[in-house]
Amino acid sequence: MVRLLWEVGKRSFRRATTYRLATASGAFINTVFGYIRATILVYVATVSGGEVRGLSAQELATFAFMSQGFIMIVGAFGSFELPTRIRSGDIEVDLYRPADLQLWELANWLGRSAFQVLARGIPPVVLGMLAFDLRWPDPTWHWAVFGLAAVAATVVGFALRFCSNLLAFWLIDTRGVDQMVTLAVSFFAGLILPISLFPPWLEALARALPFASMIQLPVEIFLGLYTGWGLVWVIGQQLLWAIALLLLGRMMLASATRRLVVQGG
Amino acid sequence: MRLETARAELRLYRHIVGARIRSDWQYRTSFFTYLSAQVIFIAFELVALIILISLVPKFGGWDRAEIIFLYALATLPFSLGDVFISEVERLANTYVRTGDFDSVLLRPSSALVQILALEFELRRIGKLLPPAAALGWAAINLDITWSAGKAGMVVLALLGGTLIYSALWVIAGSITFWMVDFREGTNALTYGSQFANQYPLHVYPGWIRAIMGWALPLAFVAYVPTVFLAETANPLGLPAWFAVAPPVVALVLIAVAVVMWRTGIRHYQSTGS
Amino acid sequence: MAKDDTIIVLDQLSKTYVVRTRAGRMRRHKREVPAVAEVSFSIQRGEMVGYIGPNGAGKSTTIKMITGILTPTSGSIEVLGLVPTRERRRLARQIGVVFGHRSQLWYDLPLSDSFDLLHHLYRTDRDRHERNLAEFVDRLELGPFMDTPVRQLSLGQRMRGEVTAALLHDPALVVLDEPTIGLDVVSKFALREFLHQVNDERGTTVLLTTHDLGDIEQLCPRMMIIDGGRVLLDGSVSEFKARHGTQRTVVVDLREAQNPLDVRSGWVIGTDGPRQWIRFDRRKASAAEVIAEITALAPVLDLTIEEPEIEDLIRHLYQGS
Repeated sequence: MVRLLWEVGKRSFRRATTYRLATASGAFINTVFGYIRATILVYVATVSGGEVRGLSAQELATFAFMSQGFIMIVGAFGSFELPTRIRSGDIEVDLYRPADLQLWELANWLGRSAFQVLARGIPPVVLGMLAFDLRWPDPTWHWAVFGLAAVAATVVGFALRFCSNLLAFWLIDTRGVDQMVTLAVSFFAGLILPISLFPPWLEALARALPFASMIQLPVEIFLGLYTGWGLVWVIGQQLLWAIALLLLGRMMLASATRRLVVQGG
Repeated sequence: MRLETARAELRLYRHIVGARIRSDWQYRTSFFTYLSAQVIFIAFELVALIILISLVPKFGGWDRAEIIFLYALATLPFSLGDVFISEVERLANTYVRTGDFDSVLLRPSSALVQILALEFELRRIGKLLPPAAALGWAAINLDITWSAGKAGMVVLALLGGTLIYSALWVIAGSITFWMVDFREGTNALTYGSQFANQYPLHVYPGWIRAIMGWALPLAFVAYVPTVFLAETANPLGLPAWFAVAPPVVALVLIAVAVVMWRTGIRHYQSTGS
Repeated sequence: MAKDDTIIVLDQLSKTYVVRTRAGRMRRHKREVPAVAEVSFSIQRGEMVGYIGPNGAGKSTTIKMITGILTPTSGSIEVLGLVPTRERRRLARQIGVVFGHRSQLWYDLPLSDSFDLLHHLYRTDRDRHERNLAEFVDRLELGPFMDTPVRQLSLGQRMRGEVTAALLHDPALVVLDEPTIGLDVVSKFALREFLHQVNDERGTTVLLTTHDLGDIEQLCPRMMIIDGGRVLLDGSVSEFKARHGTQRTVVVDLREAQNPLDVRSGWVIGTDGPRQWIRFDRRKASAAEVIAEITALAPVLDLTIEEPEIEDLIRHLYQGS
């Protein structure tokens, strides 16, 4: 089974590599947005005496580029093959596979995500280095922790979309839900603005939600904002959300499968 | 002859758009859900902007009303363009990649009019609400005396801004005639422009200012009108005659867009689908 | 006047595609593919012409240049006195196009809405549009599915809709690119009959591409054979039939394997167990005669008559009559 899922992931990775121009164009727009966001945030820090809410200009610039790079890695804007397959009925074929649907989709997602690290995660950050002074993880073992956080982030992203995509079993038109999720991610994951810049009450709310685990928290780990037990707790948060959402997804899948069997498609 | 053709195309546009609206209206719940989502989406962007500018007493030396006014002039025309012109974004994936553009070319009507009409979605109108509200609020709270002349300038600024964004959209769409897969990159031209326009130009470093002022005339959408209309601080020292530049700039950019579009179609015709 | 009566004229028309393939990691290999090579012909008003060739022969490319969606690499082309790619909209107003592989209708709209949209698109006179529509709806029996979205129509229904769409505005020329592809025999027949009537009654010039010889035989007095981008033959169908395509093959499944049957009106060209292939010359015997002879000679389980493929005819052409 693990072997099968590994192959699925590999195939997904390979498929993603074929879209060269599309990927390059995506990396381009991520970089452009990164530059604009970084400029504005650095400006705010500079006129505030070098730092705002405890974040320096360097850290804010890094945040801008890292968050842009994270978009595709964690699938912030979603992937919508599932609802299409559910609506057309093709999903039945998927359910007959010898592999669990959720794990299958997770393997697909991770394969694509791995590619996105190279294709759209690294370029904006590297290009950002040309004009900005960025902050890198240090000491070196922090990179490993960050890697773990990144994986957790993408799993949370997957689990979230999996749940919302499964709603296609119950709702005719899931576009409204998809939009809401995208909005929630854009705002509460720190994509539009780092949530550390929110007014305290809003920041507290944002940190209580799963979206922060997708971008804000892993980037904060990258910036080295946590140490010791604080670091453990943050990673723990991410993992808890990942597990909780995966379980929710499983429950929804079981319910949907039952429904399908009863209704006959 | 040209005028008659233009009027016929307009009639066709109205007919198709009318049919689209009627068919959208049949799925009313979906329509309103989507519309609300649009309002909320744009509203959240505005909220983020407000949070950001609250972190500093005077953003770029401008007070809050001036920044919000800038935002409104940057975003309201964009939303207008979003409703009427952004359909051209569909060109790449829906028409060129599938070869369905052939069907468009086989009809006795302008390709652009067909695409804009067939892909029209009324629900995008929700995006107008937050920037319109922002404009209203800013207009009341600006430290200036309003006059008929000033009001007229606002209308001109909105018109010029809409034309500039529209031209950018058509240019972005035309690029996909040559590089179908570059679609997402062309978003940098449209969505990137609107995003960059929300902040005062003088906050940006020199090279970005140069791009926004000269390479693409983005500064003329919101920054230039705001400086003169809202009588803000003018750290870049814009000369007074800049105030009347936006419509001229818009027309020039429209001309560029038309040329690119036509060239794009010719390219499509020579390479086939 | 002669100029008025020439609807289409091609002169040394060529189209070469440049194909870029990836050779290795970065380099691109450029290859020139001639799709149409120095084709010349002219079509007069009121003609019904068949443009036949195997897949990839250049039929669709020629049609695309005639309808103005593709620019030629060299040579000239004039349709209704206009240069297609330069006066696309003016030309579109005067011609009708039916593509077997692509739809000119709108997928999400019901047929009736599509027709209404076309009325606005072509700016036809309201009365004329209504009259034409009524006539086509009646003749092609579109009534039952006028309110069905095009997306949900069967291929046969959709093709009837497409043909109507192409003719609603009374074009002087209608161009059809593989219109009968995928249709069942009955639908093919009906469509061909309809096109014949339209040409007869309205004098509409018809240019039809196909790789189905049945289309040509039933419909077009004149045919052009194209292969490898070149026109191999341009002449009357009846003459062609007289000289080539004279042989047919009956494939018969006998109840039990036998020695080759002694068929006097034909000759056996092959056997495989109980199956035998019997060829006959159409000029000398009819299919009915041959079949009668076969069934009289041995118990027959099943039989079919193989039609000559266009590829066979072309091969025949290359080899001489």
